Amino acid sequence: MGQLTYLALLVGCVVVTAPLELLLRVRVYARWRRLLLAVVPEFVVFVVWVLYAIAEGHWDYSGERTLGLRLPGGIPVEEVLFFLVVPLCAVLALEAVRKVTGWDAGYPSPDDSPGSIAARNERGADRGAESGTGIEEAER
Amino acid sequence: MNYSALAVLAVLGVLVVDLVVYRTRMVTRKVFWAAYAIIVTFQLLMNGVLTGLDVVVYDPDTIWGPRIAYAPVEDLLFGFAMVTLTLASWAAVNRRANTARRRGFETDTRPSSTR
Repeated sequence: MGQLTYLALLVGCVVVTAPLELLLRVRVYARWRRLLLAVVPEFVVFVVWVLYAIAEGHWDYSGERTLGLRLPGGIPVEEVLFFLVVPLCAVLALEAVRKVTGWDAGYPSPDDSPGSIAARNERGADRGAESGTGIEEAER
Repeated sequence: MNYSALAVLAVLGVLVVDLVVYRTRMVTRKVFWAAYAIIVTFQLLMNGVLTGLDVVVYDPDTIWGPRIAYAPVEDLLFGFAMVTLTLASWAAVNRRANTARRRGFETDTRPSSTR
C-alpha cells in the first residue's frame, strides 16, 4: 500500500468503530462538540510530546509508508490525525461498553432511562436550545 | 529525557489528572477497564503494523529494549496515558455539562448537540 499505509490504518479505525454509533446508538458523533472539547487536553499534550520526540530523535517516520506531508516541527499529517482518530475510537469503545453493560462511568448517560433526571434534562435542554439561547432568551 | 522516562511520567501525570484534578476516577471503574481491554487489543494490532512495517522507527538508545508485537513496551504506557486522559476528559466534560444543566446554569459547553 506504500505511502497510504498509515492513512489506511486510520481510515480502518474509523470504519471499524462506526457501527457502534450506527447500530448501538452510543451518540458519540451526535455529541461531537463535547467530544472535541474532551480531546483538547490529549491532543495538545501528545502533539507536543511527538514534536519533542522528533526533535530529540526518539523516533522517526518512514517516507515510504506515509504521504510525506510534514507539518511544522516535522510531524507527519497522519500522526496529527492519529491523535484525533484514536480518542474518537476510545470514547466509542467506552460508550459501547457502558451501553451494553450499564456500568457506571461517573456521569449520567443521555439515555439512562426515560424518566431519569439526566434524560429529562436532556429533553429540556433540547427544547431550550430549539427556542433560542435558553435562559438569556427567557429573561428578555 | 528519553522515551522510557517520559512514558512513565505520562502515566503518573494522567493518574493525577484523573484522580485529583478532574476527580473522574476512571481508573477505579469497571467500565473503564473493560473498554481499555478492548482498546489495548486494537492498539497492539495497529501498533504492530506501524512498527512491524517500519512506519515508525525508534532510536534503540531511547527505549528499554523489550518489545511486544514489534512495538517497544513503552508504547503501552504511551497508549494508556493517551486513552486515560481522553476518557477522563470525556467524563469530566459530560459530568460538567449535565450537572450545570441540572442546576439550571448556562455553561460554555453546549447543553446538547444531539438533535
